[in-house]
Amino acid sequence: MSMDRRDFLRIIGLSTVAGGIGGAGLLELRKGTAEAGSAAHGRKKGSGTTLAMVIDVRKLESPDQYKRCIDACHKAHNVPDFGNPKDEIKWIWPDDFEHSFPGAGHEYVAEEVEKKQFLLLCNQCEKPACVRVCPTQATFKRASDGIVMMDYHRCIGCRFCMAACPFGARSFNWRDPRGAANLQNPANLNPKFPTRMKGVVEKCNFCAERLREGLEPACVEACKDTKAIVFGNLDDPKSEVREMLRTHYTIQRKPELGTNPRVFYVIGG
Amino acid sequence: MLDKAIIGGSRKYWTWIGFLLVLAGIGTINYIQQFQYGLGLTGLSRDVTWGFYIAQFTFLVGVAASAVMLVIPYYLHNFKKYGKIVILGEFLAVSAVTMCILFIFVDLGQPMRVMNVVLNPTPGSVMFWDMVVLSGYLTLNIVIGWTTLGAERKGVPAPKWVKPLIYLSIPWAVSIHTVTAFLYAGVPGRHLWLTAIMAARFLASAFAAGPALLIILSMIVRKVSKFDPGKDAIQALGKTVAYAMSANVFFFLLEVFTAFYSGIPSHQHSLVYLFAGLDGYSKLVPWMWSAAILAFVSLFLLIYPGLREKENILSVACVTVFISTWIDKGMGLVVGGFIPNMFERVTEYSPSLPEVLITIGIWAIGFLVLTVLYKVAIAVREEEIA
Repeated sequence: MSMDRRDFLRIIGLSTVAGGIGGAGLLELRKGTAEAGSAAHGRKKGSGTTLAMVIDVRKLESPDQYKRCIDACHKAHNVPDFGNPKDEIKWIWPDDFEHSFPGAGHEYVAEEVEKKQFLLLCNQCEKPACVRVCPTQATFKRASDGIVMMDYHRCIGCRFCMAACPFGARSFNWRDPRGAANLQNPANLNPKFPTRMKGVVEKCNFCAERLREGLEPACVEACKDTKAIVFGNLDDPKSEVREMLRTHYTIQRKPELGTNPRVFYVIGG
Repeated sequence: MLDKAIIGGSRKYWTWIGFLLVLAGIGTINYIQQFQYGLGLTGLSRDVTWGFYIAQFTFLVGVAASAVMLVIPYYLHNFKKYGKIVILGEFLAVSAVTMCILFIFVDLGQPMRVMNVVLNPTPGSVMFWDMVVLSGYLTLNIVIGWTTLGAERKGVPAPKWVKPLIYLSIPWAVSIHTVTAFLYAGVPGRHLWLTAIMAARFLASAFAAGPALLIILSMIVRKVSKFDPGKDAIQALGKTVAYAMSANVFFFLLEVFTAFYSGIPSHQHSLVYLFAGLDGYSKLVPWMWSAAILAFVSLFLLIYPGLREKENILSVACVTVFISTWIDKGMGLVVGGFIPNMFERVTEYSPSLPEVLITIGIWAIGFLVLTVLYKVAIAVREEEIA
């Protein structure tokens, strides 16, 4: 049987070489980009466009202000409301410090911060885990400005992206979204944005459809009076977002995971 | 050869087939409802996005891979005692992979678009590779099983081209479970899953659960037909189960050590939820303790040879291994990974009635495939005896 065993070893060897999925990790190392400490925070000299958002929570004071941002977004994107947590779909929503930044707090966090609500949405990560895992490229990062987009017509509804997203930013249409009560009144529908069908994943798209028309994202516009949300090009040193980042201490959600979120928070306190 | 599935079936055989068809029918009716309404018919939510279906899928990939525990000794080490039983392992793999594919299918939100995975091949996605390796493994086992059995029926040696396929099936079996483990072990932020020994754990539990099921099936085959897979073969498989289950429990304890000795809370939360409950939620606690107790009972019965060698005790041990790994690797691993959620809040999950009925329906289809294939294999063997 020694012949057979040799054959077997040869096959094992070949399949290891051919199938080396781990090889991708080695390539990453070879590029010399993996410096300790800089992997997640390495400053980049981008030259194109990378859209980003800075949310200054100090300027969002009343629950009404949050609601305005959320309503503007959900109305602009025909987000269905079923009124129960099981079917819930949301693109932008508030949560407290402890649950927005798990692991970042401690027992003695300033009361002002602890009680504050934070607006949460898709982080439009530079290295999005959702895009990496999608088996059909139904979710993808747009080369022109870094927005993580969804193709609702290609999504097969496997929900791997939802398992992979560390920010809980994605929602699934567990039932026909067009049947939701809030979308029954034609006055509530935005004809400029498609409604979805059941069985597909959706999330914030940084208002790609509004940007195309030269408008700002709906949430940015909704709280324009407070200037609580600043939006712009991260690669442009003169942009308003870069100005905010230069002049304020900002934090990201779960930076340790290396996805490089493009939504930053000024928490004050 | 397939005619043997129909010819010479006893009354019991047809009753069993009828029973499985009824269950499959109930499952299908419920699936049609789910297809029309959407996956909201299940107990899943925004926070727990995979549940009972993916739990079965994960467990059954292991059962499928375990055929290799017969193929290696028989084809690489010339362990002749597996000569009669190896076909049962290959056909079990066919049935298990069939169920895996069905469980993925019923879990899709847009099942009609499933071919998008093939139309837009995405080598960066582990799920794409899972599709590749699972369909490959299904094909390999159908071809190998059918060809070797066909040759045996004619009383001639199996054609030479099958040998390379058999050797290929060995690393391929390892690959299906490794890639399935990578579905979990490669996503950031889910601490229960983010572990380097995930694939090793998967293989260990697979090589315990699969052969355990095979032992039970062999005992049933011996009872309902003239074909006897052999006492020695069953005992040898029992040893495999003993070693694999020991490794499985050991690997799990390694996870517990790392999570609790390091003291990192986020690494502990899921385990705490599973075994003690978190924030007042504890739906899975009785299940997980059942799995743990069954695991230790099985080890006690399997490790001491004097007990394992008694076939009725071995069969009890195999049932405990099967149930224990089914709970642990199914609901425990899949649902546990989603709890707590990305905001460190707890949303619990339990399958809905339609979800359970669809699941039972798919198991019935799997057993239908298994019964038909085993019937053919047994008929060929009985011809030889006659």
